[in-house]
Amino acid sequence: MTEQNSFRLKAGLAQMLKGGVIMDVMNVEQAKIAEAAGAVAVMALERIPSRIRAEGGVARMSDPDMIQEIKKAVSIPVMAKARIGHFVEAQIIEACDIDYIDESEVLTPADDEAHIDKHPFSLPFVCGCRNLGEALRRINEGAAMIRTKGEAGTGNIVEAVRHWSHLQRDIESLTASNLDEKAEEYRVPVELVKEVFEAGRLQVVNFAAGGIATPADAALMMQLGVDGVFVGSGIFDSENPQLMAEAVVKATMNYDKPEVLREVSRGLGEAMKGQEIESLEVKYADRESGA
Amino acid sequence: MLPKKLGVLCLQGSFAEHLQCCVDLGLETVEVRDIESLQSVSHLIIPGGESTTMLKLLKAYGMWEVLEGRMKEARDLKIFGTCAGAILCSYLGLDVEVNRNGFGAQQASMIVALESEKFKNLQGTFIRAPRFTNCGKNVETLATLNGEAVLIEQDNFLAASFHPELLDETRVHAYFFNQS
Repeated sequence: MTEQNSFRLKAGLAQMLKGGVIMDVMNVEQAKIAEAAGAVAVMALERIPSRIRAEGGVARMSDPDMIQEIKKAVSIPVMAKARIGHFVEAQIIEACDIDYIDESEVLTPADDEAHIDKHPFSLPFVCGCRNLGEALRRINEGAAMIRTKGEAGTGNIVEAVRHWSHLQRDIESLTASNLDEKAEEYRVPVELVKEVFEAGRLQVVNFAAGGIATPADAALMMQLGVDGVFVGSGIFDSENPQLMAEAVVKATMNYDKPEVLREVSRGLGEAMKGQEIESLEVKYADRESGA
Repeated sequence: MLPKKLGVLCLQGSFAEHLQCCVDLGLETVEVRDIESLQSVSHLIIPGGESTTMLKLLKAYGMWEVLEGRMKEARDLKIFGTCAGAILCSYLGLDVEVNRNGFGAQQASMIVALESEKFKNLQGTFIRAPRFTNCGKNVETLATLNGEAVLIEQDNFLAASFHPELLDETRVHAYFFNQS
């Protein structure tokens, strides 16, 4: 009688996060700052993306101790990242009894042909996408939440906007007569494409990620129509993380009120420095296995 | 008395799902996002979401003060809270102790049949759900799970530890708006 770990329960948790900000945190202290600022969830990882970029090397799952200490320290949901295709890292995260797994291109991919088969897991997964095909392939593999990828660790919003716009154009280009063709192009069952066509949006909650560094960036993505935002390096690489965290939360709620956005944007100190996309050695967003 | 008017608190969480339940019932509904809209309603639904986030935003924009005034002094507002909304009810005077995430983390989330005289065949979606412990003597229990209260009512409060809005279950919404 009791239904557990079903897709609608996995997707249901994401529904509770809507309108919110999910923040990358590297320790208990940062997790508490994020929670106090009003984050709806935290992403526990050892190095925020800007540091992974700066330090290089293989980026892997975080230490379970670190993940579980954060879980104990906050009451909001806790997420952690596994490498693309690394189903054992995902199993370990699941055994940490946290709330969500991010199969993330920010970490170094473990399999360049396939993503994790997410259906057998009891924990829900969030995955990144640059367009509708990528989103539907991840949903078909069992992802219960999607985030547009953007370009993590850059503090540059341009890729987040690009990926969201691409996704919207793909959705708008669906017609009653091209669903089979699109399903073939995207390599997914036609039912998934049909659901998107009928709803005019993805069938799961859709956040933006990758490059959101200011309250205005968060509000920009919200005005474009996303369900909420991930802020990675933007908080804890800024001059005053606490102020920045609170400002981004307020901006996400008041995304369509310029007067409120003006107030929350005042006196925040330096935002993270940021990078031009052309100067990057590695574009994380290009990481899709088997594409 | 204010004219009867239904609102959904639309700061964060499952407010779109609650708005859809209200549309399905044919009820005109206000999206409550500021003090002005909060003051205009007689019935307020507080959705599921993260209670710490909602409380932070309510306080930042002066809405918490209005809610406290209307629930504790004027007593001219009725609230229906689901999950995080139920936790906020307990801060506003609903006489119950709440154990946040009392049903466990995400892997303990479930959809399950509930026992209820009032709502036959009621199902509950529990997602990182709070547990009601030590209900006060004026609290009436409308539904239980294995004998434990999960839908409760007291004075101007109706609170569910589960999410009727996720299963297109509109009977509880109808009860909330029509009973008074």
